[in-house]
Amino acid sequence: MMTVADIVKALNLKVFSGAGGLDREVSGGYVSDLLSDVMGKADAGQVWITLQTHKNVMAIASLKDLAAVILVSGYKPAENTAEQSEEENIPILGTDKSAFEVTGELYTLIK
Amino acid sequence: MNRYRADLHVHTVLSPCGDLEMSPSNIVKRAALKGIDILGVTDHNSTKHGALIRKLAEKEGIFVLCGAEVTTREEIHCLAFFENDDTLEKFQQFLDMYLADVWNNPSRFGYQVVVDENDMIVEEIDRLLIAAIDRSIDEVEEEVHALGGLFIPAHIDRPGYSLFSQLGFMPPDLKVDALEVTGRTTPEDIIAQFPDLAAYSFIGSSDAHYPEQLGTRMTVFEMESRSFEEIKKALHGEDGRRVSILTDRHRG
Repeated sequence: MMTVADIVKALNLKVFSGAGGLDREVSGGYVSDLLSDVMGKADAGQVWITLQTHKNVMAIASLKDLAAVILVSGYKPAENTAEQSEEENIPILGTDKSAFEVTGELYTLIK
Repeated sequence: MNRYRADLHVHTVLSPCGDLEMSPSNIVKRAALKGIDILGVTDHNSTKHGALIRKLAEKEGIFVLCGAEVTTREEIHCLAFFENDDTLEKFQQFLDMYLADVWNNPSRFGYQVVVDENDMIVEEIDRLLIAAIDRSIDEVEEEVHALGGLFIPAHIDRPGYSLFSQLGFMPPDLKVDALEVTGRTTPEDIIAQFPDLAAYSFIGSSDAHYPEQLGTRMTVFEMESRSFEEIKKALHGEDGRRVSILTDRHRG
């Protein structure tokens, strides 16, 4: 199974925080900017693609045991979001590409 | 203690989605007919009708809280209220600085006009007021409180543009003065799901965009008199003051 580190390398993503979790295994992906939706529908091991940067992102990533979070379109995590990513060992990754582009690339990579 | 009926979430014609009949003079007339004692003026990302409504409402004996319904970067709607013209104007400058540069298309979204007491248009706002401002909910909360204002996340149980829809749950360190719920759920339902929220007051409001919606959902404030300070105390349950949502069976 592919790890978060493999995805970082293949998609040329920035690692903002939580590098301790780069060896997490990736089971799939989920794309949503509504945290209520992610709480209900994302599954453990998925990479979450979003533009939300609020600290609650990490609370939900941790609750759902997600593999990593990819922030799209050049968004950067809020300071306390990055701190929580370090604590939880769930990486926050980044790209200047849009959600559409990075989702397409990730889908092709892990399907 | 006295009981006052408050509708703290009302849009005017300035909001693109606000009906053309929602002029300050019409709103004040309707509010008086509906027995509203305290009226909150909350246009999307603009405070510009507050002062006129306050002036007109004074003659009817209605106390007005001037403010806005802010759309944060996360697309969460939050009510913000200010005590005086100076802090209201400072908050207007904050909104002007951070509102997205997206232009309104009146045929699609509706007109965004400021009118005078005779319903004559004095200003048309070009930037789309229902866009988001480039500040997070935490940053908006900090700004509102730095100006001595009240910060109340709006319709938190709504499936869109709400604290719950956008962030999943209430961030524990967010400093709110109250939480607004729609008629979809009750505060009891919400507290059953999130027990920590029992620490907060809940308000209900009409979110009126049309004249006939004014006062259709209200909050009762039990307090000594109508002032910004008393309202703040009631929202925080201090010194025997309190608030409760007026349900249909209590309305009369």
